[in-house]
Amino acid sequence: MGVTAKANPWKYPSRNSGLMSGHQQTHRNFNLILPDTIMNADNETLKAKAASIWNWLKRWLEPTHLAALRPQLTFQTGVLAGFALLASVLLGMTNCSTEGTIQQRLAEDLQHSLAEVVPPELHDNDMLQDIRTIPSAEYNIAADATTVYISKKAGQVTAVCFKLTAPDGYSGAINMIMGIDRNGNLLGVRVLSHKETPGLGDKIEVAKSDWILNFVGRSLENLTPAQWAVKKDGGVFDQFAGATITPRKSVQAIYRGLQLFKAHQAELLHD
Amino acid sequence: MLPDAYRKIAADGIWHNNIVFGQNLALCPLLAVTGTATNGLGMGLATLVVITASNGLISLVRHLIPSEIRIPIFVLLIAALVTLVDILMNAWAHELYKVLGLFIALIVTNCALLGRAEAFASKQPVKEALWDGFMMGMGFLLVLVALGAAREISSTGTLFANASLLLGESFRFLEVTVIPHYKGFLLMALPPGGFIMVAFLIVGKRLIDQRLASKKSAPTIIPELAV
Repeated sequence: MGVTAKANPWKYPSRNSGLMSGHQQTHRNFNLILPDTIMNADNETLKAKAASIWNWLKRWLEPTHLAALRPQLTFQTGVLAGFALLASVLLGMTNCSTEGTIQQRLAEDLQHSLAEVVPPELHDNDMLQDIRTIPSAEYNIAADATTVYISKKAGQVTAVCFKLTAPDGYSGAINMIMGIDRNGNLLGVRVLSHKETPGLGDKIEVAKSDWILNFVGRSLENLTPAQWAVKKDGGVFDQFAGATITPRKSVQAIYRGLQLFKAHQAELLHD
Repeated sequence: MLPDAYRKIAADGIWHNNIVFGQNLALCPLLAVTGTATNGLGMGLATLVVITASNGLISLVRHLIPSEIRIPIFVLLIAALVTLVDILMNAWAHELYKVLGLFIALIVTNCALLGRAEAFASKQPVKEALWDGFMMGMGFLLVLVALGAAREISSTGTLFANASLLLGESFRFLEVTVIPHYKGFLLMALPPGGFIMVAFLIVGKRLIDQRLASKKSAPTIIPELAV
């Protein structure tokens, strides 16, 4: 390193703000880029510059020096901003790089739900791609527009499937998915998520009881509107001991789902 | 085996200053996710990763953090780490993510993380801080699994149900039925039962502490016999 005799180009006269300890001098080196030097440099000089930058950084990060800097408002602002920037960059990068994977997971979840209510032998298409949207605001299923997944076999529509919500469950919304065949018969219903009482209302889950399987084969034709209710209300569906509201509201929502299908049946079954 | 300082940190984290038994913190996520042992294990693993990383990170930059703004910076760093874990779990541990749901994000509100950052990580070197975070996390994980197991066995008679679903096929050996043909005890699956069970565990821990303390002071030599 041949810079010892000449004045060090990295050193600027320090400004003593009065807050720093007497024996420590700070080098305010804001201008680290000297284009001429870099343009004409060879390996040796570049290495020397890098080493001096590294030393400057090490001195700057010394605990005693930082202790002197910490009370200063500009430093505090800078640190807060720096950490906020670091956090934003890190989270932004992670979000971007995992977006595709997360979309894939959600598609897998949906595929799994569809498979539960539409038997696999009924379709040979990719139901996630064959979709139609129908307006559903008047049917009180917590969605102004419903995405309907169409199942086709050999080009002909065999069944449809869509998600619906009973907004008035005992403890909140009950999210369901149902599959209906061409003729309006239910192929299956499953509860995707709910907040009903464990041990009482959660019997609507297929894992907890077979209750939800009672809907297979039902339709608007083979049951009268009065029969589409729990037994307590004069209908044909069981209620649960200790929980009436959950099955009542679920049955009503499924009934509305069938009505929604009927209203758009022609348009959905059209190939 | 371990130097004294590290052994003390380990003993504190697992037992004496345990997040739940010693500091009585993090009771909300504790009661909410310990319906089953598997859920407790999953939550414990997520918290372990976050608390270790947050302790390490805060210790790494402790000299840069002025004390006037240390709380916002701690919260910023912890929240960033938790969001990171949340996104990564959604992508790579999706089943566990669906079960734990909101409670991963609630790790930010876990007082234990902010407490360790303030009391330990901001004052200690990186290695000690990492070890403390790891041990505190392990202590919390053990409590989560213990409480989850106690509640699961008493409410449904099984242990580690759905372990294979959440952790992978290789964990299927964990799923056991402890009490066959069990009628079920609903109270233990609900939060009040969780509170009651935690109380029992705390009492148990205190009894063990008492017994260990009395054993230590037991061999007192009667002066007259030492003639």
